[in-house]
Amino acid sequence: MKQTRFIDLVPHIVLIVGVLIFAYPIYVTLIGSTWDSGTIGRGGLPLWPGGEGVANYAQAWVGEAGDRAMYTPVRTMMLNSLVMALSIALGKIAISILSAYAVAFFRFPLRMAFFWLIFITLMLPVEVRIIPTYKVVADLGLINTYAGLAIPLIASATATLLFRQFFLTIPDELLEAAKIDGAGPVRFFIDVVLPLSRTNIAALFVILFIYGWNQYLWPLLVTSSGDMETIVTGITKMIGTGESANDWHIIMATTVLAMLPPVAVVVFMQRWFVKGLVDSEK
Amino acid sequence: MQRRVTFDSRLLPYLLLAPQVAVTLVFFIWPAAQAVWQSVHLQDAFGIRSEFVWFENFTYVLSDPNYLDTLQTTVIFSVAVTVLAMGVALLLAVLADSKIKGASAYKTLLIWPYALAPAVAAVLWMFIFNPDIGSFGRALRAMGYDWDYRLNGGQALLMVILAASWKQVSYNFIFFLAGLQAIPRSVMEAASIDGAGPVRRFWTITFPLLSPTTFFLLVVDMVYAFFETFGTIHALTQGGPGKATETLIFRVYQDGVVNNDLGGSSAQSVILMVIVIALTAVQFRFVERKVHYS
Repeated sequence: MKQTRFIDLVPHIVLIVGVLIFAYPIYVTLIGSTWDSGTIGRGGLPLWPGGEGVANYAQAWVGEAGDRAMYTPVRTMMLNSLVMALSIALGKIAISILSAYAVAFFRFPLRMAFFWLIFITLMLPVEVRIIPTYKVVADLGLINTYAGLAIPLIASATATLLFRQFFLTIPDELLEAAKIDGAGPVRFFIDVVLPLSRTNIAALFVILFIYGWNQYLWPLLVTSSGDMETIVTGITKMIGTGESANDWHIIMATTVLAMLPPVAVVVFMQRWFVKGLVDSEK
Repeated sequence: MQRRVTFDSRLLPYLLLAPQVAVTLVFFIWPAAQAVWQSVHLQDAFGIRSEFVWFENFTYVLSDPNYLDTLQTTVIFSVAVTVLAMGVALLLAVLADSKIKGASAYKTLLIWPYALAPAVAAVLWMFIFNPDIGSFGRALRAMGYDWDYRLNGGQALLMVILAASWKQVSYNFIFFLAGLQAIPRSVMEAASIDGAGPVRRFWTITFPLLSPTTFFLLVVDMVYAFFETFGTIHALTQGGPGKATETLIFRVYQDGVVNNDLGGSSAQSVILMVIVIALTAVQFRFVERKVHYS
């Protein structure tokens, strides 16, 4: 029987400190969301939960006026974020799987030109073309619409590259057999390629859902009305300049609700999440 | 690269490509071209006429001492975030990869912060370090330290660096862990039999073999620090106090959206594009070389 030496405990101590550094801010926010704004505002937040939790979340959810201001209800902001995240994730997957299918399974003039056209979008993140993109969206009348929130973000070179990479591993024999059986390209896509791509689609969905949910600069620009507010930008508007006289209890409850969907996706779909992340960056 | 067997169809491939190409042209290529066009033109006050001015916008932007200050802040910020996020992640990944009890529980507990938006990470940090309501912020003041990141530029920069790195550690952790798991156990065991201690094994085997991952993360973290941290800074300090936490991307937003200076903001956008293209090119050159070696 080997005796446990202190040196063997060092990795555990370091890892536990690491875990605590990441968990502590969340814990404080969870606790804060169960107290009243006065307790938080005075800076005397205890380390145990208070009794206002249900009331705070209910108030944030329906958007009843706080002690000091009116806010967009969390249910509206959550719905907007959900629509935006789902549209971005599903839209990206749909248009990239189709274009990757075209590039991988067909031979046609200008194939490589199209491939490069898609490829260079890697070098144009939304942040660097922000003002002119905003102008295009405004000219199309898409300000304060779901289409305006989602469509400019759904072209993705990474998803296309990932699907193309995967399609190149589908054996030629499979394609030949399908051709002999008289299956055309559409049949083959629906009956063979889509079912084979299930894991890739799931993995990509997790990553893209989080990407969409966490968008910040773009929603900040294209939404100006409260009904179109997304939850991540909504929180910072609630905070304003960070004075002590904020409705902190509502802000903290809103923050918890804003973290819930993406964190749940990562925790419950961890296997796909790690696969999606590592694959899509290869 | 192309498959040997393909389908024959004249029209179908173009139809399949159409949605992505349409989105790319309308929302990527056209705006990027607009940014380039505007960066070499000057609009009059009413936005009716614009005049071709060669590189005047660029010389104006690049000779503006404020812009150079912002550039300096961005470099300090990005280097600090990259070094901090990678260093902490590497330490945690090496420990979580070793044969210790509960390794998978540690992994789960360290991975989830990836799900947080940069702006939400900033808000969480504010709850703790705000000098009025945050427990640490108040503790620092109680100890007689004059802590207020809303007034002190250095403290503000420190806050955004810590909040931005905090959020990025989990991403780096996932990749370092994947990299570590790809290192063959036999190599480590052989070194161990030869009498190399854990520290020596790390520097002579693990670290060199991790270099592709390290290099990849270096580029990703720089891009993250340059662009995605807009939310962190906007939520936490709004670029202030003064311009202490204003990075290049924050300034594009400030000049283009808030101050409505299209030419200047476009010239800055073009400078940013050049930076991204350079970073991407470096990354792809490297990836290509890695493929050759393996």
